[in-house]
Amino acid sequence: MVVLKDESAPIRSSIDVMRVRQIVREWAVSLGFSLVDQTKVVTAASELARNTMVYGGGGELRMEALNSDTRRGLRLTFSDQGPGIADMEQAMKDGFSTGAGLGLGLGGAKRLANEFAIDSRPGQGTTVTILRWNKL
Amino acid sequence: MERIPILKMGRVLLVTIQVDMHDRLAMTLQDDLTERIVQDRAHGVLIDISSLEIVDSFMGRMIANIAGMARVLDAETVVVGMRPAVAITLVELGMTLSGVKTALNMDTAMAMLMASFADKEHFNGGSQG
Amino acid sequence: MAEQESKVAQLLKKHEQDVLQKWLSYQMSSMTWRADLMKESDLREQSREFLQLFIEVSQQSGPGADAAAWKSAKEMLAEVSRSRAMQGFSPSETAMFVFSLKQPLFDTLRRELNDVEELSREVWSTTTLLDKLGLYTVEAYQQSRESVIARQQQELLELSTPVVQLWDHIVALPLIGTLDSARTQVVMERLLEKVVQTGASIAIIDITGVPTVDTLVAQHLLKTVAAARLMGADCIISGIRPQIAQTIVHLGVNLADVITKATLADAFAVALQRTGARVTRVGVKE
Ligand SMILES: Nc1ncnc2c1ncn2[C@@H]1O[C@H](COP(=O)(O)OP(=O)(O)OP(=O)(O)O)[C@@H](O)[C@H]1O
Ligand SMILES: [Mg+2]
Repeated sequence: MVVLKDESAPIRSSIDVMRVRQIVREWAVSLGFSLVDQTKVVTAASELARNTMVYGGGGELRMEALNSDTRRGLRLTFSDQGPGIADMEQAMKDGFSTGAGLGLGLGGAKRLANEFAIDSRPGQGTTVTILRWNKL
Repeated sequence: MERIPILKMGRVLLVTIQVDMHDRLAMTLQDDLTERIVQDRAHGVLIDISSLEIVDSFMGRMIANIAGMARVLDAETVVVGMRPAVAITLVELGMTLSGVKTALNMDTAMAMLMASFADKEHFNGGSQG
Repeated sequence: MAEQESKVAQLLKKHEQDVLQKWLSYQMSSMTWRADLMKESDLREQSREFLQLFIEVSQQSGPGADAAAWKSAKEMLAEVSRSRAMQGFSPSETAMFVFSLKQPLFDTLRRELNDVEELSREVWSTTTLLDKLGLYTVEAYQQSRESVIARQQQELLELSTPVVQLWDHIVALPLIGTLDSARTQVVMERLLEKVVQTGASIAIIDITGVPTVDTLVAQHLLKTVAAARLMGADCIISGIRPQIAQTIVHLGVNLADVITKATLADAFAVALQRTGARVTRVGVKE
């Protein structure tokens, strides 16, 4: 697997979250994603970027375009130095929210991606990584 | 401040959402709409999302909120023109917007509202003010 | 690198025309030559080009072989494999293009080299080189076959899932054959696209021709119904056979919010009614 290009973007405001949607869309298009796949990965990115802003107190997105023998993919890593998540199992559950949300963001992002990983340390921050491959 | 315009057509308010909007703008729209429903004594709200390329849980929640508040204020909401890719993704996300009426295009949305206004009129014995 | 030019390259340069002639006649007389699939002039051109590239590749003996020459040789072989795969050659028929060069090459070496040790050394290194290139041809062949198959599968998928408009505002998707998760997904996307194109308010998904339904497929069906509703269209699922009904209930899939009908005809009747159309018989006496 080869990283074709990578880039970072800040996530501090709801305008940044919107920019994340735009730039992830551009990358997905350039990797040849179908319209439905583009929409899925952009939506997942929007959820995670908003979590980074709202709960993580702001942070960063790192985007990587990947190339393996047979397919291309987009890896997105959202990281913050916020309070972290104490009970991961609970946070991943659909319908659980400590804010005003519906609690669909994390679970939804996992369903919309091909691979999902979350790493969080209370008091230190949270990192969520998703990867979506394009279909042949 | 930046705002999304709300058009009035008789008893119906019409909002067209452009390609994307940020969360604060969405919150403002929610507030503006509820105010206008009361102010204009509207019975229907049409939200045209046919140019919207994604709906995430935040925007989905905003749409559901608008419909809920409108209902309390005796107005009916129809969401118009959601794109297939958006709908597929929203379902995968886990949102079905079950309390919200939907229509493929403006014509059918308008017809739906008119039909339900007629029912209401009938119910009120035609003495609609 | 001031390396000395290899013996094979020297000999090949000297006898290029002779080797080419023998190689060509060898290829065309062999069992694997397909006169039905390829013109002789094309074969001549390909052979001439490859022989030149091969001379360049074998220019430097040993592992320090020239990278640029290797690259062009490989590119050429990839192109040959691709076109032969399209023309319908088998993998071994395609690989024979490279392997058949051995005979005329070794004949030349045997004729020109008198020292037994030198002869066997050159034969060995040439064999290794040609084997590598031959294997590369097979790989390239495989790859282009795979892409042909992938394309055909896609075409087949699209052929096998026609969305038809039955009436104003009514579209139907008669599904036939086994549904796997990937096919269901493609089919559903097409159905929703068609709904937008035609402005249909009702979509009938008929699964009479589907032998079994597993959890994933059932869930895809339900997601499609939910997505269609978000867009403003209703779905009716028709043709659910008794076994499938049982599976669906066993799987715990909730069809409560979905309109289901026994047959496509029943579904169509409901759809007509909902869109405000009425069916009456003309000319039937009471
Ligand atoms: N980056 C983060 N830092 C700290 N806590 C987080 C972070 N991301 C998520 N969480 C916690 O996990 C919970 C669940 O997140 P999730 O995105 O699923 O739902 P939500 O954001 O509350 O609602 P929704 O996304 O549906 O609007 C959040 O309420 C929050 O408590
Ligand atoms: Mg969230």
